[in-house]
Amino acid sequence: MIEFSGVGHRYGDRVVLDGVDLTLPQSRVALIGANGSGKSTLARTVNGLVTPTEGTVRVDGRDPARQGSAVRRRVGFVFSDPDSQIVMPTAGEDVAFSLRRTVRNRAERARLAAETLTGFGLGDHIEHPAHQLSGGQKQLLALCAVLVLDPDVLVCDEPTTLLDLRNKKAFAERLAGLRQQVLLATHDLDLLEGFDRVIVLDGGRVVADDEPEPAVAHYRKLCT
Amino acid sequence: MTPLGLYEPGTSLLHRAPTGPSLLAVLLIAAGTVLTSDPWVLAGVCGLVALGYVVARVPWRRLRPLLRTLALLLVLIGLVQWWLLGPERALVIALRLVAAIGAASLFTLTTRVDDLVSAVERGLGPLRRFGVRPERVGLLVGLTIQSVGTLSGIAGQVRASAKARGAGGSVTAFAVPFMIRTLRHADALGEALAARGWGDDDTRPSPPHVAEP
Repeated sequence: MIEFSGVGHRYGDRVVLDGVDLTLPQSRVALIGANGSGKSTLARTVNGLVTPTEGTVRVDGRDPARQGSAVRRRVGFVFSDPDSQIVMPTAGEDVAFSLRRTVRNRAERARLAAETLTGFGLGDHIEHPAHQLSGGQKQLLALCAVLVLDPDVLVCDEPTTLLDLRNKKAFAERLAGLRQQVLLATHDLDLLEGFDRVIVLDGGRVVADDEPEPAVAHYRKLCT
Repeated sequence: MTPLGLYEPGTSLLHRAPTGPSLLAVLLIAAGTVLTSDPWVLAGVCGLVALGYVVARVPWRRLRPLLRTLALLLVLIGLVQWWLLGPERALVIALRLVAAIGAASLFTLTTRVDDLVSAVERGLGPLRRFGVRPERVGLLVGLTIQSVGTLSGIAGQVRASAKARGAGGSVTAFAVPFMIRTLRHADALGEALAARGWGDDDTRPSPPHVAEP
C-alpha cells in the first residue's frame, strides 16, 4: 500500500506538490493532470527519486526517503523514454543487468532474462541491439528490465508518450495482466480502462479522486 | 557508425576466448603500440589484428563502417601529422591508431558487455580491501562502451535536425543541442540507474524471482 501524508515539494520558489494526502491500497491507480500538475513528481516520490520537502511517503510502511534501498527493491519504475533506461547494448544483457546485484551466477542471470523477454514476446530479440528495437519493443524491454526483479509495485511515468497506437495497446495489455500494484502517471486517458482509481492533480493539489469516468470528466472540465 | 562495434554473435575462437585474457591482450596491444616506433613491428601488429577479424568471421556489414571511420580518422590525423612531423612519423601514428582501434573494436565485436563487466569486477575484486568498488568500475566500463553508441545516435539526430533547418554546416547549430541532449541523457540515465537501485549501498544478494507477464 502506498501512503502520502501531507506531501509537498518545491523547486526553489515553485510549488509542485502541495499537501497531498492519499492512501492507495488499490491494484490499479492512475495520476492524471495537465503538464506541470505534479503527477510525475508525485510518482517519483514513491521510490525515492524525489524526496518531498514536506510530509512523508510510505510504501508498505517503509519511507523511501529513509529506507530507499529497501523500497527500491519493492518498487519498479518505468520512464517515458525507454532509450534513457537502456543501459546495456543488447536486450538480453539489459534485462540481465537488472539482476546483477541480486543474482551472482551469470548463466542464471541470462536464463532469467531470456525467460522474461520471451514472456513478453521479445524472445527473438535477446541478442538484438537494444537501441535498434522499435519504440514499442524498447518500452516492453524497459518493462522487462524492471519486472525481472519481480517488484510488488510498478510506477510508470508517461510510459506510452513515444508509442504509436498499436504499441500503446500492446503495452496497456501487458500492464493489465500484471500481478503488481500499478501507479500510472499519464496523459493518455485510453490507458485508464480497467483502473480502480484515478486521481486528478492540478497545481500540485489533488482536485478529484474517483473512478475513471467521473475523474476524467472532472479533468476534461479543468481543461476547458 | 562508431569505431567501437557492438557485439556480433558468433561461435569463433575469439568469441569463445575468456574475457579477462582477451581484455589483457587488447590493453597490451594498445600499450605496445605506444612503446614501439618501428613501422615494421606496427605493421605486423596491424596484420595480426586483421587476422583476428578473419578468425572471428566478422561479417562485411560490420566491417565496412569500421573501415570507413578508420579511413576518415587516418586521413584527418595523418595529414596533420604529415604536415607537422613529416611522413615517417605520420605513418607510425597511423599504424598505431589502426592497431589500437582495430584491436579494441575486435574485442567489443566478440565480447558481450555483460561478460566484460563481470571480468572487470572479478579482476578488481582483490582491490576491494583498498576501498575500490569493482561493481561500480564494471558498471562504468559497461556504460562507457554503451555511451559510444548512444552519443553517436544523438549526434546523428542533431545533425539531421540542423540540416533540416538549413544549418547543416553550422558548428553552433550542432554543438549546442548536442551538448544539451547529452546532458539530458546523462541526467535521465542517472535517474534510471538510481531507480534500478544502482547507487544504493546495500548489495546483499536476495533470491531471484521470475516475473510473469
